Amino acid sequence: MNGWLLALLQTGLVVFTAPFLAGWVKWVKCRLQARQGPPAWQPYRNLLRLFSKEVVVAESASPIFRIAPYVVFSVTALACSVVPLVAVGLPTATLADVIVLVGFFALGRFFLALAGMDVGTAFGGMGSSREMTIASLVEPAMLMGVFTLAMTVHSTNLATMIGYLLASPFQLYPSFVFAAMGMMLVAVAETGRIPVDNPATHLELTMVHEAMILEYSGRHLALMEWAAMLKLMIYGVLLVNLFIPWGVAVDFAPLSLLLGLLAISGKLLLLGSALAFAETGLAKMRLFRVPQYLSLAFILCLLGMLSHVILEMN
Amino acid sequence: MFLAQLPLAEQMVLTLAALILFTSFLLLVQNRIISLIHTFAWQGVLLFAATCLMALSSGRYHLFISAAMTLSLKVYFIPWQLRRLVEKLDIRREVETVGSSSLIMIGGGALVLFSYYVVSPIRELSLLATRNTIAVSLAVILVGMLMIITRRKAIAQVVGFMSMENGLFFSAVVATYGMPMVVELGVAFDVLVAAILFGIFFFQIRAGIGSLNVDHLNRLHETDL
Amino acid sequence: MSFSLASLAVIAALASGLLPLLRPRSNRVIKVISFPLLGLAGLSGVLGGGMTLLQGVRYQLELPVGLPWLHSQLYLDPLSGFFLLVVGLVTLVAAVYGPAYVREYEQGPQPLFPLTLFTGLFVAGMDLVLLAADAFSFMISWELMSVASYFLVAYQHQHEVNRRSAFIYLLMAQVGGLFILLGFGVLARFGGSFDFSVMSQAVLPDGWATVAFVLAFIGFGMKAGVVPLHVWLPQAHPVAPSHISALLSGVMLKVAVYGFIRFTYQMLGGIHWQWGALVLFVGSASAVLGVLYALMQHDLKRLLAYHSVENIGIIYIGLGLSMIFAGTGHQALAALGLIAALYHCLNHALFKSLLFFGAGAILQQTHEHDLERMGGLIRRLPVTATCFLIGCISISALPPFNGFVSEWLTFQTALQGTVLNNHILAALIPVAAAVLALTGALAAACFVKVFGVCFLGMPRSEGCAVAREISLGPQVGQILLALLCLLFGVLPTWTVAQLETIARLFFPAGMPETTAHGWLWLTPVAPEVASYGAPLVLLGICLAWALAWLWLHPRRRRTPVRISPAWDCGFGPLNARMQYTATAFSMPIRRIFRPVWPISESYQEPGKEEHGGRYRLQIGDWAWSKLYEPIARLVLGAANRLTIIQGGNIRTYLAYSFFTLLLLLLVVSL
Repeated sequence: MNGWLLALLQTGLVVFTAPFLAGWVKWVKCRLQARQGPPAWQPYRNLLRLFSKEVVVAESASPIFRIAPYVVFSVTALACSVVPLVAVGLPTATLADVIVLVGFFALGRFFLALAGMDVGTAFGGMGSSREMTIASLVEPAMLMGVFTLAMTVHSTNLATMIGYLLASPFQLYPSFVFAAMGMMLVAVAETGRIPVDNPATHLELTMVHEAMILEYSGRHLALMEWAAMLKLMIYGVLLVNLFIPWGVAVDFAPLSLLLGLLAISGKLLLLGSALAFAETGLAKMRLFRVPQYLSLAFILCLLGMLSHVILEMN
Repeated sequence: MFLAQLPLAEQMVLTLAALILFTSFLLLVQNRIISLIHTFAWQGVLLFAATCLMALSSGRYHLFISAAMTLSLKVYFIPWQLRRLVEKLDIRREVETVGSSSLIMIGGGALVLFSYYVVSPIRELSLLATRNTIAVSLAVILVGMLMIITRRKAIAQVVGFMSMENGLFFSAVVATYGMPMVVELGVAFDVLVAAILFGIFFFQIRAGIGSLNVDHLNRLHETDL
Repeated sequence: MSFSLASLAVIAALASGLLPLLRPRSNRVIKVISFPLLGLAGLSGVLGGGMTLLQGVRYQLELPVGLPWLHSQLYLDPLSGFFLLVVGLVTLVAAVYGPAYVREYEQGPQPLFPLTLFTGLFVAGMDLVLLAADAFSFMISWELMSVASYFLVAYQHQHEVNRRSAFIYLLMAQVGGLFILLGFGVLARFGGSFDFSVMSQAVLPDGWATVAFVLAFIGFGMKAGVVPLHVWLPQAHPVAPSHISALLSGVMLKVAVYGFIRFTYQMLGGIHWQWGALVLFVGSASAVLGVLYALMQHDLKRLLAYHSVENIGIIYIGLGLSMIFAGTGHQALAALGLIAALYHCLNHALFKSLLFFGAGAILQQTHEHDLERMGGLIRRLPVTATCFLIGCISISALPPFNGFVSEWLTFQTALQGTVLNNHILAALIPVAAAVLALTGALAAACFVKVFGVCFLGMPRSEGCAVAREISLGPQVGQILLALLCLLFGVLPTWTVAQLETIARLFFPAGMPETTAHGWLWLTPVAPEVASYGAPLVLLGICLAWALAWLWLHPRRRRTPVRISPAWDCGFGPLNARMQYTATAFSMPIRRIFRPVWPISESYQEPGKEEHGGRYRLQIGDWAWSKLYEPIARLVLGAANRLTIIQGGNIRTYLAYSFFTLLLLLLVVSL
C-alpha cells in the first residue's frame, strides 16, 4: 500500500508542478530578452482564471469537441504516473513501458487533432495536418532512441533502465551521447517548442499546437494547456532521469526521497534554463525544414544504435 | 559489460570516435561554406583529443607529436587557408542546397553498417582494446568519399578529401598506435601541398568555366550527345 | 465436437449459397434462407475453432472423395482452429449486417441470388482451405475461394471499371495459385506424396528448400497482398459490395497468411534465417508503402484497401522476426514473434471489417464514396460514427484498444534482436522497428484525416446533409465488432495464452513468461524487460477522466456552455468549402515523401466567366508502370512474335503436320 500511496503522491506532484516548469522557462526567456517577464507561477493564475470563465462552443462542433480535452488530459495525467520523478520501483511504473508511454501521447495527439478538425474551420485543419505530419516523422527517431537505450539495458521498462544505470559503475556510452542528443531534438519537436513550433505565437500560419486549440475557451482550454505543460514536464523528467540518473531514489526511505526531490528539482530547473537559451537563440523553422531537422534527430539516434552495435557489443 | 573493462581514457576514445563520425555526417549536409570549414576544424579538434588520449593511455609519447601536427595543420592552417581562398574567390555568400539530404544521410548510415561488415575479420587481428573503432574510421573514409560524389561545389569536395585523410589518420592511431614518423610526415606534407595547389586550380577553373560548380565541367566531353 | 462444428460451418455455408437456388426469383426467400444459414456457418466456425484453440486438440478425417490414390484429408489443429475462429467471426457479423445492406441491390439491374450464392461458396471455400490436409483438396478449395470471390467482385458488372478490376483480381489469383502449386510440387517430389503429413517429413536439400520457400512466398504473398504483388487489392476491394469487401480484406488475406505459416513452419521444417530477413524486408516495405499510398487516396474504400496492404506488412514483419529467431536457434523468441503476428491477424480482421462495414453504411446512406464530398456525418449517423471511431483508434495502434497490443508485442520481439550473434542483423532489426513506428504514426495521421473529413466538420455535399442512420442489423454488427476491439485490447494476457497453444505446435517450449504474472500483466520475456497492464491502463484513464470531470462539475452548473457561431476572422459565415479537404490534409506528407508516388499535378487559370481555376491531381502506383506494364509488354511482344506461326496459309498448316510426322518417325527409329 505504501507504494501505491507514494505513486499517487508522485503523480500529483508532477501534475501540480508542471505549470511551474513552464512558467520558469518563460521567465528565463524573458530575462534573456532583457524583459521583466511574468513570475514563474503565472501559469497557475492563468489556469485558475480559465477554469472560472465561460465556455463558448461553436455551432458546428460535435461531442468530440467536448470530450477531447478530458481525454487528452486524462491520458497525459496517466502518463505522469508512469514516469519516475523522485523514485523508481513504484507499482505504477510497471503499468507501462516507454513504448506504451509513446502510445499514450499518440492517443492524446489523435484526439487533439480530431478536435482541431471538428469545428470545420481552416485553422484547425491546418494545425491537425501539420501536427500529424510532424508526429509521423518524430516517431521513428524517438523509437530508434528508445531502442538504443533498451539495447544497452536490455529493457524498455523505465524503472529497470534507471536502476541498471544507477547500479553499474560509471561508463561513458557513445550510444547514450547520441541518443541523448537525438532525444533532445525529438523532445523539442514533440512538446512544440521553438524551432519546431512557437508556443507563444499569435500568427495563424506559424501555429501548430495553438491552431488545433484555437476554438477552445474556459475550462476546456485550461485542460488542454495544462496537458501541454504536463507533456513538457514528462519529457523533461525523461531526459534528465534517463541520461543523468544520479539522485533518483531506489528505495522509499524518507532521506533518499528528499534527496531525489532536490535532485530532480535542480535538474529540471537547469534543463528549463537550457531550453530557454535554445529558444532565444534559434528561430522557428518553416514547416518544410522540419523534416530535415527530424531526419537529423533520426540519424543521431541511428548513429547511437550503430555505435552500440559496433563499439559496445562484444 | 565489455565497456566497463576499459579504462576511462579508452572509453573516451570510443566516444570521440563516434563524435568524429557524427561530424562526417554533418559535413555531408552543411549548406554554408564557412560552417563547412568550421565543422572540418572541429573534426580536427576531436582527432587531436583522441590522439592525445591514446598517447596518454598507451604511453607512446610520439603520438603527442602527431597530435601537435594534427592540431597545427588540420585545425589551424588548412581551415585558415581554405577561408582565405573563399574570401579571395568571393564565394562566401554562396549556399549550396544539398538535394534530398535525408536520403544521403541514410546512405551514410548504410555505409557505416557496410564498413562494420567489411572490417569484422580484420578486427580479430588487432590487439588493441579500441579495435572496434577501425569500423568507424573506415566509415569516416567512405562517408568522405560519399561527400565528394554528392556535392557540387569544388570547395566542398576539397573538404571531403581532407576528411578522408582524417579518417585514415584516425584508423592508424587507434589500430596501430600511429604510423611510422616518415609516413606521417610525408602524408601531412602531401595534404598541405594539395591544399595550396587546390587554391591555384580553383582560380584557373573559375577563369575557365565561370563558376566553381563541378557539374559545369560536363562541357568537357568528347561527343556532341 | 469441434470437428463436427467445423464441418457444420462448411455445410451451412454451402447450404446458404445453394439452397436459395430453389426459388431464385424471390428476393425475400433468398434473404430468409441464406443469411441465417450464413450466420450459422459463422457461429459454428467461431465455436468449433474456438474450442479447438482452447483445448489444444487435433483431429484428422479422411473423406472418400478425391483422387483414386489420394483421398481427401481434413485436419483441424489449433492453427486452423484459430483462423477458423477469425473467419467465422467476420462471417457472423457479415450475416447480421447483410440483410439491410443488400436491400440496395434489390433495386439494381442484377439479380440478388448470385450474391448470396457466391458468398456461400466463398465462405465454404475459405473454411475448406483451413481444413485441407493434402495438396489436392487445398488447391481445389483455394480455387473455389478465388473464383467465388471473383464473381463477387464482378457482381456489379455493368461498370467497365468493375469488370477490369475483377479481371486483374482473377488473373493474379490464378498466377498466385500456380506458384503455390509449384511449391507443393517441390515438396511432394522430395516427400513422395501430396499428403501434408508426409510432406512435413520430407528432407529437402538446402537449395530446393529455398526454391520451395520462394515459390510459396510469392504465391501466398500475391494473395495476401505484399508489395509489389498488391496491385489487385486496391482495385478489387472497393468495387465489391461492402460486406464482401470486409470478408475479402478481413479474412481472405488471413487465409493466405495461414497458408504461408502452414507451409513454412510445418511443412518446410528447418527455417533459414535468410528467409526471415527477406520476409522482414518485404513486410517493412509493404507496411510503409501501403500506408503512404493510403494517405493519398480519397476514395474511402480504396484507402481502406491500401491499409490492408500495410497491415499485412505488419503481420509479415512479425513473421519475419519469428523466422529470423527460429533460424538462429532462439525458439522462445520465435514463438513470441509468431504470437505477435497471429494476434495482429485477429486484430486486423476485427478492425478492418469494422471499418469496411462502417464505410458500407456511409455508402448506403449517403451514396457518396469520395471523402471530399463527405462531412459532418457524426450528427447524422451517430452509432456508425462511434463504432468507426473505435475502428480508427484501433487501426492507429493506440492504447487501450487491440491494435496497440499486437504492435507492442512486435516491438518487443524486435527489441530482443540483441541476442543475435550476427551483428549486422542485430543492427538492421531496429531499423525495421523504426519503419514500423513510422508506419504506425502515418496510419494515425491517415485516420485522423478520414474521421475528421468524413464525420467532423460541415457536410460537403447534399447527400451527406440529409443522411439518416442505417437500420438496426448493421448497427448491431458494428457495435459487436467495436466491443471485441476493446475486449481484445484490455485482455491481452488471456489472448496471448491461447495463442501460445499455436506457437507450441512449432516451438515446443513456447513463451511461458509472457503470461506468467496473472491476467493483469502482459510481460514478454520477463517482467523486468517490459510489462503492460492493459486493464489498469483503461482504469487509469477512466479514473483520471472521472476526477477531472468531477472537479469541474460544480463549475458546469454555474457557467453553462454557450453555443455560438465559429470564429470567422470577421469575413462572414463559414461554409463547407472553407474546410480542410482530405487532399489538403495530406499535402505536407505528399511533399515530404514525393518520390514515393508518380504524381501529376496541373492548374488551369480561370477563364473569362469563371471565378476560380481548375486544379487536377493524379496519383498513381509505381508498381503498375515499373513492374506490371513491362511484364505485360513482354508477354504481348512474345505473343505477337508467336503469331507468325498462324500464317493463315492452308499449305503451311499441312506442312506443320507433315514435318511433325517425319520427326516422330525419326525419333521412333532412333
